[in-house]
Amino acid sequence: MAQELEFQNAYKYRINVCCSSGCVPFGALKVLKAFEDAVKEFGVEKECKVARTGCIGTCSVGPAVLVEPGDYLYQSVTPERVREIVRDHIVLGLPVKDMLYERNAYFKKQHRLVLRNAGKIDPSRIQDYINMGGYGGLLKCLTDTPQAVINELIASGLRGRGGAGFPTGQKWSLVARAQNSPKYIVANLDEGDPGVFANRTLAEADPHAIIEGMLIAAYAIGAEKGYIYIRSEYPLAIQTLQKAIAQAKAMTLLGESILETPFKFDLELRFGAGAFVAGEETAILASVEGKRAMPRPRPPYPANSGLWQKPTLIQNVETLANIPLIIQNGGAWFAKTGTPKCTGTKCFSLTGKVNNPGLIEVPMGITLREVVFDVGGGVPDGKKFKAVLVGGPSGGCLPDTLLDIPIDYDSLVKVGAIMGSGGIVVLDEDSCMVDTARFFTEFCVDESCGKCTPCRAGLARLKDVFGKITNGAGEMSDITTLEKSSSFIRDGSLCGLGQTAPNPVITTLRYFKDEYIQHIVEKRCDAGKCFKSRGEEEIE
Amino acid sequence: MSTNTVKLKIDGVDVTAAEGTTILKAAKDVGIIIPTLCSLEGLTAYGGCRLCLVEVSGTPKLFPACTTPIGPGMDVTTQSDKLKEYRKIAVQLLLAERTHICSVCVADDHCELQAMANQLGVDHVMFERNWSREEIDSTHDFLVIDRNRCILCTRCIRVCDQIEGVHTLDLKLRGKDSQVIMDLDEKWGNSCSCTSCRKCAKVCPVGAIYVEGEPIEHTKKRDVAEFIVERRNRK
Amino acid sequence: MSTNAKVRVATVWLSGCSGCHMSFLDQDERLVDLAKKITLVYSPLVDVKEFPENVDVTLIEGAVANEEQLAMLKKVRGRTKILVSLGDCAVTGNVTALRNSWRHSDQAVLERAYKDPADLNAAVPTAVPKLLIKARPLHEIVKVDFYIPGCPPHADLINYVLTELLAGRAPVMEGRSKYG
Repeated sequence: MAQELEFQNAYKYRINVCCSSGCVPFGALKVLKAFEDAVKEFGVEKECKVARTGCIGTCSVGPAVLVEPGDYLYQSVTPERVREIVRDHIVLGLPVKDMLYERNAYFKKQHRLVLRNAGKIDPSRIQDYINMGGYGGLLKCLTDTPQAVINELIASGLRGRGGAGFPTGQKWSLVARAQNSPKYIVANLDEGDPGVFANRTLAEADPHAIIEGMLIAAYAIGAEKGYIYIRSEYPLAIQTLQKAIAQAKAMTLLGESILETPFKFDLELRFGAGAFVAGEETAILASVEGKRAMPRPRPPYPANSGLWQKPTLIQNVETLANIPLIIQNGGAWFAKTGTPKCTGTKCFSLTGKVNNPGLIEVPMGITLREVVFDVGGGVPDGKKFKAVLVGGPSGGCLPDTLLDIPIDYDSLVKVGAIMGSGGIVVLDEDSCMVDTARFFTEFCVDESCGKCTPCRAGLARLKDVFGKITNGAGEMSDITTLEKSSSFIRDGSLCGLGQTAPNPVITTLRYFKDEYIQHIVEKRCDAGKCFKSRGEEEIE
Repeated sequence: MSTNTVKLKIDGVDVTAAEGTTILKAAKDVGIIIPTLCSLEGLTAYGGCRLCLVEVSGTPKLFPACTTPIGPGMDVTTQSDKLKEYRKIAVQLLLAERTHICSVCVADDHCELQAMANQLGVDHVMFERNWSREEIDSTHDFLVIDRNRCILCTRCIRVCDQIEGVHTLDLKLRGKDSQVIMDLDEKWGNSCSCTSCRKCAKVCPVGAIYVEGEPIEHTKKRDVAEFIVERRNRK
Repeated sequence: MSTNAKVRVATVWLSGCSGCHMSFLDQDERLVDLAKKITLVYSPLVDVKEFPENVDVTLIEGAVANEEQLAMLKKVRGRTKILVSLGDCAVTGNVTALRNSWRHSDQAVLERAYKDPADLNAAVPTAVPKLLIKARPLHEIVKVDFYIPGCPPHADLINYVLTELLAGRAPVMEGRSKYG
């Protein structure tokens, strides 16, 4: 390992080229190749390392390239201008100013814990991760008792990042106490929400953080087998994780007698086939077992009866990536970030009508206004802000007046939104709220598993009513139908999908009812989205 | 067999039942009948129809009585304005989802969905009906499935798997498109695993599965699963 | 409803088989009592051509299947205080709505009825009111106050609902209403 460190330090410069799913379509692989050629051309390959990294965070101005030392971030790099960067910056020491990304509030208000290594390390090299202190958390916890690890986690106040926000330490205690064995861990990387890419980016940028998190969890609860459940639609993340697992196995970080201790843990990938509901914690279990991804009622809770009726810990990968930091730095250190009831940070996929879309990580308790206007840089083209959808397709649409609420699990639920998968979509004046609610309802109709009546039959009827309203056949009684059925779907559904699916309907009815009335009474849509023929049979 | 008992209240009535009993069963034992459609004695609980939702004091959440085990000190309410409203919506959703026309249905007067609408006073459906046109399969010698009348309670699937033990029936697709299928989506007449035991038709709460030419009151023997399980356990 | 004057009641027959009206008549001797309290101002059973104004209670049998019925229903709603859907066709669409499962069912059903079975001069008639794309229950078009499901509804149920309405009470349908 010492040899590896020298190897790293031998380089004076390091050029990190973001090759995650956001930058590759912009031509990041060509840029990477151009850098490799250019450093050879200028004869600086011995002092300048060109690395292929995960997401740097500025997804809207890709391909992004980070030159270290100095944290110089180049935006929209083209293969044609690569020679210029190598010549001026590496050879002459003069950064190319006109290509530099302006480090404004987009980064200032962010706080990168989970994404600590994103864009800085080569995810395909375990040594890169170790050089950043990786697997130090595992080493430290192996010298401690499992209970001490759990205690540290309880002290950290970390809550599950999958959306529900269940206290992680408490969950671990439950699984640790469960009598049955063997025990399992499932890492949830089934990020099915449209427009959400936080978990994918994490896996592509820093796969070992997830693996280390799982190892620590396994040690704490006494599990010997883990699964990472990942969508087949994430080929790059799958590839990255497969490589990372192989490397960890080769270094005895996975498998029998880990780091020459009696601790053993094996890890496998399981692939999802694209069903949104498979991200639900009981559906994921069914899918890992090879069955139809259908949720089942709880209790029994997975902590007691999960995979093959054995105690199972299910954790979102973002939660897991926090674990090594907590073990290394202590729970008290972690609890300093965020709010007392909601510690740490949260990754969000910031998209929609916003100047700086991208993957962001902000401390809990930051206000929505800061996220939209400071980090996100506000609404482009001088348009007026209208609403922000927080929590993915089953999140809530919040108006300007609620932008000053802090982002934490409880405050969001109070106003009808959820933390959910961490999707934030900004809508401007060109968006129609009725159309927005219709869109997300249709998504949930397609993704409902069909097991329970409210979600299966209820959402389909909501969709019908939206069809009626947006076709000009709406009546005022439709609002009552929407209200009644969406509260039944919320309260009566079996799993989280159904319980949260009507959130866009409920919140748009609560905060933008005038738009519904306008559609129904005046048959008018100011945003010009509705009353267009969709080629369906006319209503009457 | 040593069993711990649990004390709780259901609709104000003091109830004592064995640990692990469901709210549904504990209520039934003291004569409180909670409405259900997917639940059937002798089969595993499914928790799909959501008619048996009950309130438990101390939490705003609703719990399906068929799958929720009783807990000590629980105070369960099985009837309230909210529950009544929700149950009526559930029945309306089921009626609107596919094509339920009682007057021309084989199970008229022997249908649990029709009876539930009657019991709850669902005198109309506030949703526009879907008027589905799903596939009717009458290729079997005498068993017929009309998927337009199916409410996806999966009783047929469970009885086929758990009692008959052949698992001919299962679901395909998802959400509103879910359909009960035979084998790997074969025509029923071509199914190689179906034993023609008729249990699916017996337990079907509606007129979706029936025996051609047989009076419906002869077909519908919904306690068949409970009966067989009881007999099997007899030593 | 005023107590001294008789209550003005009407019945209307849209797309139905008239079975609900038969069931209405099956109230038998109870009709005599009923007649003391009501005046039947419009009905297929009486000879009045135009639907009158100021009707207190109207019972409508049948689904709305064509444009004439649609216009009629809107007129009736405008002239009636309490509108009651009588029978499954009015409440759910029932047999009349069986055609709804087919696309363009308005055309399909006419062709099936007039063209397919004809040996000579097969043609869809043009002098009849145009069919709506779908046959609809009343409450999908106008506000309906009460519902009497059944195919046909039992005479006892019709009598119960009328008695309650005449007494100024809302009928309780739990355990009483039954489709089919």
